[in-house]
Amino acid sequence: MKNAVIGNNRQKANLIVLGAVPRLLYLLQQSSSSLELRTECAVVLGSLSMGTENNIKSLVDCHIIPALLQGLLCSDLIFIEACLRCLRTIFISPVTPVQLLYTDPTVIPHLMSLLSRSQHTQEYITQIFAHCCKTPEHQTVLFNHGAIQNIAPLLISPSYKVRMQALKCFSVLAYENAQVSMTLVNVLVDGEQLSQVFVRMMQRDKPIEMQLTAAKCLTYMCRAGAIRTDDNCIVLKTLPCLVRMCSKERLLEERVEGAETLAYLMEPDIELQRIASVTDHLVSMLADYFKYPSSVSAITDIKRLDHDLKHAHELRQAAFKLYASLGSNDEDIRKKITETENMMDRIVSGLSESSIKVRLAAVRCLHSLSRSVQQLRTSFHDHAVWKPLMKLLQNAPDEVLVMASSTLCNLLLEFSPSKEPILESGVIELLCSLTQSDSPALRVNGIWALMNMAFQADQKVKVEIVQALGTEQLFRLLSDPDTNVLMKTLGLLRNLLSTRPHIDQIMSSHGKQIMQAVTLILEGEHSIEVKEQTLCILANIADGNTAKELIMTNDDMLQKIKYYMGHSNVKLQLAATFCISNLIWNEEDGSQERQDKLREMGFVDILHKLTQASDPNLCDRAKTAMQQYLA
Amino acid sequence: LQYPHATVEPLLSGISLRCSDWYNRLGAGSLLTGDPAFNYQEHELNERLKRLYPAVNEEETPLPRSWSPKDKYSYIGLSQNNLRVHYKGHGKNHKDAASVRATHPIPAACGIYYFEVKIVSKGRDGYMGIGLSAQGDNMNRLPGWDKHSYGYHGDDGHSFCSSGTGQPYGPTFTTGDVIGCCVNLINNTCFYTKNGHSLGNKLSALSFCPCLSFQPNLYPTVGLQTPGEIVDANFGQQPFVFDIEDYMSEWRAKIHSMIARFPIGERLGDWQAVLQNMVSSYLVHHGYCATAMTFARATETMIQEDQTSIKNRQRIQKLVLAGRVGEAIDATQQLYPGLLEHDPNLLFMLKCRQFVEMVNGTDSEVRCFSARSPKSQDSYPGSPNLSPRHGATNAHLHNTGADSPTCSNGVTPTNKNKSHNKYTGVSSASASSSPSSSPSSVNYSESNSTDSTKSQPHSATSNQETSDSEMEIEAEHYSNGVTESSTRIMNGTYKHQEILQADDNSVGNGVADDSCSSRQLCGGNQAATERMIQFGRELQALSEQLCRQYGKNATHKKMLQDAFSLLAYSDPWNCPVGQQLDPMQREAICSALNSAILESQNLPKQPPLMLALGQATECVQLMAKVRSGSCSFARVDNFLH
Repeated sequence: MKNAVIGNNRQKANLIVLGAVPRLLYLLQQSSSSLELRTECAVVLGSLSMGTENNIKSLVDCHIIPALLQGLLCSDLIFIEACLRCLRTIFISPVTPVQLLYTDPTVIPHLMSLLSRSQHTQEYITQIFAHCCKTPEHQTVLFNHGAIQNIAPLLISPSYKVRMQALKCFSVLAYENAQVSMTLVNVLVDGEQLSQVFVRMMQRDKPIEMQLTAAKCLTYMCRAGAIRTDDNCIVLKTLPCLVRMCSKERLLEERVEGAETLAYLMEPDIELQRIASVTDHLVSMLADYFKYPSSVSAITDIKRLDHDLKHAHELRQAAFKLYASLGSNDEDIRKKITETENMMDRIVSGLSESSIKVRLAAVRCLHSLSRSVQQLRTSFHDHAVWKPLMKLLQNAPDEVLVMASSTLCNLLLEFSPSKEPILESGVIELLCSLTQSDSPALRVNGIWALMNMAFQADQKVKVEIVQALGTEQLFRLLSDPDTNVLMKTLGLLRNLLSTRPHIDQIMSSHGKQIMQAVTLILEGEHSIEVKEQTLCILANIADGNTAKELIMTNDDMLQKIKYYMGHSNVKLQLAATFCISNLIWNEEDGSQERQDKLREMGFVDILHKLTQASDPNLCDRAKTAMQQYLA
Repeated sequence: LQYPHATVEPLLSGISLRCSDWYNRLGAGSLLTGDPAFNYQEHELNERLKRLYPAVNEEETPLPRSWSPKDKYSYIGLSQNNLRVHYKGHGKNHKDAASVRATHPIPAACGIYYFEVKIVSKGRDGYMGIGLSAQGDNMNRLPGWDKHSYGYHGDDGHSFCSSGTGQPYGPTFTTGDVIGCCVNLINNTCFYTKNGHSLGNKLSALSFCPCLSFQPNLYPTVGLQTPGEIVDANFGQQPFVFDIEDYMSEWRAKIHSMIARFPIGERLGDWQAVLQNMVSSYLVHHGYCATAMTFARATETMIQEDQTSIKNRQRIQKLVLAGRVGEAIDATQQLYPGLLEHDPNLLFMLKCRQFVEMVNGTDSEVRCFSARSPKSQDSYPGSPNLSPRHGATNAHLHNTGADSPTCSNGVTPTNKNKSHNKYTGVSSASASSSPSSSPSSVNYSESNSTDSTKSQPHSATSNQETSDSEMEIEAEHYSNGVTESSTRIMNGTYKHQEILQADDNSVGNGVADDSCSSRQLCGGNQAATERMIQFGRELQALSEQLCRQYGKNATHKKMLQDAFSLLAYSDPWNCPVGQQLDPMQREAICSALNSAILESQNLPKQPPLMLALGQATECVQLMAKVRSGSCSFARVDNFLH
């Protein structure tokens, strides 16, 4: 059987169909079978598992995994190695559920103990771990069973395969895992710090696979906070290594991985972004990622074309991600990116690509660039990016929607020339529907965009917003559990309630509800920022001609203002004083009565006291208010 | 002093030795006196340059170590050992630009060259340019503006390639930045670094960076243009901020893999035959008869030379290597009549060596007077005769050593008083050494009687048809004297392996033994000493005869002087010319004799393997001369183990 199936997938399938697997497993598990027989069984099974994915499915369905795991308890090394080899092949297949490794809690500790047996056990076991560690839970299980202490010495194994698989283990263990990463930095291998071992593995004469994986390890340790971003091993080693991985000389897969890892590494750090942006002309190097399949490959080599096509999407999305990361903070870098050949066109076409990964990455890139005032005014407008963006917002999955709506927020800023055409395309309905989403991020973005839209907007737009959103929804948002949503909603209210005619108009139709909402927030448990924003709304209301009366007739509200004037937080004092100052402003009708009433309520004393305040702004504001009385 | 030597004489193990040898001398010669800190820095510099550019022969192509005080515009001021550059012109406009070049151009044998410049102050406007230029370029310019010059400019971050208008290249740079310039002479490109980060040169559509197509010699160059600009150069005095060694390692790996993957295609069979022939002829050349036969059997190849002939040569070689030169001469005359008569130079060399071996107490003409001390006996297997170093290497090595001042000092006095003092020198030396040494030599002969009887049969049988196993016995005898006879019989082909292993140890052991033993002239025997002096007179007569016949010969004269000088010292082994007594010195003459015999038999005097090695070495040398940078990473000694 062994000789018949080697290298022959059809024979493998035949044997499986004929029911060889249960029989082999039976013989393998029979303790009365001779060791030679059991070993041969494991070898044949290992050969069968090298076949197609369907073969592996059949093997897994025959419960091969528990049988082989059971076999590992045998003391014979040759037999163990045969079992492990088969297990390895099964576990690295995408059709095998990785959870099967963790079903029996005794398996992982036993595998750890087998690591010392031979180079083969080391290679197979580390390879299994590297493929089966997919979730934080898996990481924790492996970590708790001493994966780090057991695998670290393998990094200096004489066998390249063992070193490589051990390295891969560390990259999957450290990914987004602070506990593992923090432990890793303190591990010594043969008297050398682990980070230095990784640095050595990134040397330029080492195999690319090893350089790349070592760079991933250090990247993950850095992102998990175990290594500072200004550490030399990151700045002078990991970053340049990853930039090299993006170069044209590397394989397409390596370029994808390199770019994605680099994007992840520097995402939160502007200094790394600045260094990367000048290293080896990275920005123009990435432009090559969009040239697949190249026109040359289409003509000359059909295999090459196929290969290029397969990776084209991956390359594009990786480049977009890296551009997004590069441009997330620095204005000069953003400029450099948009000036790269055909960059804006590429983003625009990326937004409507069939691959969701590419669309997502493209919109991330667009979002990153949209943080630039200059780009919003120029290239964004020139390329009408709002059009594909609006299209993307229809029926997109949530993750795309979050990025797209976030970008839209920036495009709706008042200085953006795209604001007008977007308004005309009927975006308000869409944004209002976003505010009803289950996802807090989408609710924030929806209300945020509306807030930006309402800033210094026409009366017509404001009315449209209020009508489309509906007061009911507006007040629901004011009690949203997400503070961000609440803040942006208050921001929207404040933007709506600006310029006197608008204030009076909105307050005349919705005054009651708004005053209620304001009362509720001021009485509730909220952060200083929320209360400040609310007092600012109150101050805006106090600026209206008719709206003023809504406050003046509400003694309870006046008491609240009085309370906040004496609050320990200067910001709240300032906002409350602003409100009073608007109420007693001289040049308006009925100012005398209001002044009198407020004097009776003791506001003058408070204002007088505030003129002595240590904060200069507050002091000034109080003095201006006092002058209204003196005039 | 060259490295590696420009003949086809191959070098095996002498390479690293010699390299460090000239380096030491060079370092010593260029040290400035007084300042220990500076000496230290100089030392650091030499070490670093040696490590970075091992293929560069600084005698021919010195590396840049500082800015040239001669090759600069007048607006440039130098200080701090010519490493710091400052601007001292008006700096009104570009006409006031000023540059300075390094003392030497970048040798192609560097393969990859790198230097850094730290911006100490950007001065008024920071119009600084860092790069390369050719000799003769106008110095009233910034690097990059003229033909054959390249520069990266701080004010705009542009790269200038032989043009007054630059291309956008990298970031700007200013006070505190460290800018590096890397020249890759393998693919003829150049890139710059800023604070340890490569700014790149690989670009598709927008090619900003110089491609140094074909270039005359390029010098590291820096140019300044406004008052207050100061920069410091680092040609290796300090560790570089950019990891240039890592970059080099990538190219080394690239070139090695290129060599390893060199396509041989359908010629695979031819190649194999060539390689087998090389191995076989090498074994034959050095007389490893049984190994050669086994190899020939295994690979089904033919051996050209007759087996007896190989064995004869082997026997003669062994005699020379054992220091029994007299016997070797006899055997040669007997087996190859006419050979030495036709080659008086070789004969004279052999006789000189015989004289040295008499001093050593190893030649049979003196050895017969007394039982040998075990030390001198051991000195034969102690010399690494089993894995021959090539004779020419060692001869060359020691010749160069003799040229150095310390060695020639010892020779000079004898040189002057040669005719008068020589024999008094000999007698005084023998007088001082023989009385004190005779008692101990008696002790030796008694205590080592078993040892000497053991070795006696070998020398007795050595005149007959000796088999390969004798050589093996000797080697095993050395490595493990007790078990010799049993291993000899039992281990068939494994023996050779063991011998080689034993030999590895023996090199180290042999040297250690020599240094700690107390040796005596002619083995400490009076009669032997007299025989030696007698022989010396004969040798002198031979020299005079040759002189009359063929005219003066400086080499002979020197050889004779060196040999006789040994007698001027009470302890010849620890004297300035004592190195002659080292058993290693036998190898050169041994190989010369072997080559002469082979030549007389119409066989190549050099094994093809050595020839190929020599040619490869020479080829790499030539690559450096025609400015092909990959030579630095394709060095022959990288492939010798």
